Amino acid sequence: MLTSFIQPEFKVEIDRDKCIKCGRCVQQCGWGVYSFAERPIPDDSKCRACHRCVTYCPAHCITIKRNELVFRDSENWSPALRKAVWRQSESGGVMLTSMGNDKPYQRIFDYLVLDACQVTNPSIDPLREPMELKTFIGRKPDSVEVESDGEGGYRLAPGAGMENNIELATPIMFGGMSYGSVSLNVHKSLAMAASRLGITMNTGEGGLHADLYPYTDNVIVQCASGRFGVDADYLNRGVAIEIKVGQGAKPGIGGHLPGEKINKEVSTTRMIPQGTDAISPAPHHDIYSIEDLRQLIYSLKEASGYKPVGVKIACVHNVAAIASGVVRAGADYVYLDGFKGGTGAAPQIIRDHVGIPIEIAIAVVDQRLRDEGIRNQASIIAAGSIRSSADMAKAIALGADAVAIGSAALIALGCHVCQSCHTGCCSWGITTQKPELTRRLDPEWGAERLTNLVHAWSHELQEILGALGVNAVESLRGSRERLRAIGLDASTCEILGVKPAGM
Amino acid sequence: MMTTATGPVEGYVKVAPTVTREGDTATIDGHGVYYRQLNEAVRGAFADGAKTVKLGNINGQRYIGNGITGKDLRIEIQGVPGGDMAMFMNGPTIVTDGSAQDGVANTMNAGTIYINGDAGDVLGYGMRGGRVFVRGDVGYRVGIHMKAFENLIPIICCGGNARAFFGEYMAGGVLVLLGRNVQFADQPLVGPFCGSGMHGGVIYLRGEVNPQDVGKECGIFTADEQDIKVLRPIVEEWCAAFGDDFEDVLSQPFTKLVPVSHRPYGKLYAPM
Repeated sequence: MLTSFIQPEFKVEIDRDKCIKCGRCVQQCGWGVYSFAERPIPDDSKCRACHRCVTYCPAHCITIKRNELVFRDSENWSPALRKAVWRQSESGGVMLTSMGNDKPYQRIFDYLVLDACQVTNPSIDPLREPMELKTFIGRKPDSVEVESDGEGGYRLAPGAGMENNIELATPIMFGGMSYGSVSLNVHKSLAMAASRLGITMNTGEGGLHADLYPYTDNVIVQCASGRFGVDADYLNRGVAIEIKVGQGAKPGIGGHLPGEKINKEVSTTRMIPQGTDAISPAPHHDIYSIEDLRQLIYSLKEASGYKPVGVKIACVHNVAAIASGVVRAGADYVYLDGFKGGTGAAPQIIRDHVGIPIEIAIAVVDQRLRDEGIRNQASIIAAGSIRSSADMAKAIALGADAVAIGSAALIALGCHVCQSCHTGCCSWGITTQKPELTRRLDPEWGAERLTNLVHAWSHELQEILGALGVNAVESLRGSRERLRAIGLDASTCEILGVKPAGM
Repeated sequence: MMTTATGPVEGYVKVAPTVTREGDTATIDGHGVYYRQLNEAVRGAFADGAKTVKLGNINGQRYIGNGITGKDLRIEIQGVPGGDMAMFMNGPTIVTDGSAQDGVANTMNAGTIYINGDAGDVLGYGMRGGRVFVRGDVGYRVGIHMKAFENLIPIICCGGNARAFFGEYMAGGVLVLLGRNVQFADQPLVGPFCGSGMHGGVIYLRGEVNPQDVGKECGIFTADEQDIKVLRPIVEEWCAAFGDDFEDVLSQPFTKLVPVSHRPYGKLYAPM
């Protein structure tokens, strides 16, 4: 019998007139598409359309095309669904995928537009006037006490000012991606860039490799249910600690790094044996209630000299009530991860069908915390497919204090969104632990690209703020009056607290 | 009742307790002291060179010994410590004269804990190294996701019965349950879902276990001579700590639970 009905998704075409038979494609492909017998011979079925071979072919003779097999039309039974049924009837397995939700759900950011000043309220030119992007993440006091500085001025009274906050030069953080799911060179690139930019990178739940110790003033360390690599030293190195409760790509699902990815370095950093599966249970088993969450938050504070402790949650139906509980439990920030957020591996059915959009979550959480009078107690970080500075500006206008980027940062490092991180064969050396692949990413080069990206977005944010006639990102935060909706239904507009364009 | 700028907190006062120092022993009266000030005083005493800290009148204060590093340090507790005692602890010895609440030795790295009573839920969650000895019963989800790494092998030995999910997700280390000092004679030795999701380490139960209460990822065996070699020093130390008869404890056969696979989910996914 045939082993599979599934035909290749892509066609690898080599222009034989141009091919110089150098074999570069054979060497570059992480999935072993090419064999070589006097000339490169591609196996289409292995191709992921990651363009590594295309990019590195010196003769520019490779093209990847979609395998345009025609199926009898059925709007109900899409080719993708037919293939999924075949795949699962062949193996009986759960379909695993990576990156973020790729289904055509409405992308609310694309239906929101920003305001600008005209005539009466002049806009500001950020090239010539100061434009403040500095952002402080953490608890702000209910009130401040000031005292005379003895010279006619005032200063904060001792003990009456700010709690420990994370200082960001621009309202962007790198989201949590673990060493194990990504390579050490990715972690180094992120850490070096964060350090140069005055922002933060986030370890994810894979521990902190010793090579990152020089950058820990710009590293947030994560404590997730598997507690991999978490000890007192780890907690004390970071600038803040993040309890990962959920992830937008897989709400309610634990993590599972397959044994193949646990090499010696990963095993040392995670403090687990080589080659065994690293299983993060779906819940933290010491958190079954808001009171338990409070106990863990303050335990982490006790162990770290009272550093800020944030809590990352996936955006699900009752996100506003959950976030309220998280803030009341003592979190210094709530990290909201929307349903388009990325992952190094998740069951496809969960990635594509569970959770709610980040835009909705920001709006309802910000509103709920304001209504309850506790908005000052925690910052809101928004993540889950922040794709441009426009998304960032809109997220901040909806109520976020800052945004976190994961996928965008990886794309800057060469990711082509082929959604195959879970295979561990990333040809770009990003989501793999194979030494011959990871060495393709030079951390110095990576840090420069990430620095460029964040600088570019920051400049664009300054332009947006200037157009809005404000001179600090503080003035945009939660300012939904500066947003309008085009083509969103009335109930979505109401939930977002945004008027339709024209009103 | 004293008050501070932010007001009293449910009977506890946020002021530093008095620390009495004698040689390298510091004594702290925990009566009515809020956990934050209590733990500051404990850390302060160790920073001042104390090797032993004696805590009196402890009544539910959390996080005692949390994150403290140092092999030769010792904390003696009179009373009942609160949640997450010895979480992230790295080296010290803690002795309680009575029971302890939930979360003892949570994500602990190294050190030794003797609990002269019962202990609550999630004892030793994510524990990576060190040893915990409990005189009596333990609660739910004990030893969940315990893991071993190189020379770090965590050991938990509980003298009484355990509730459900004992050793769930266990990835390494040794978990022992003796069924000696039980508070409720009608309770089974171990509750349901023992060792479910287990993919490393070993569980020893003194006596027999109902196979229906054991996770499908575990193989159930009778402990053999090799196992007794592993058990002997652990049981010896437990007996020495709580005054039980070593030979009598070892006279009954032990059941051993080990995972059938280190890759329980290796075949869960469709190739894609």
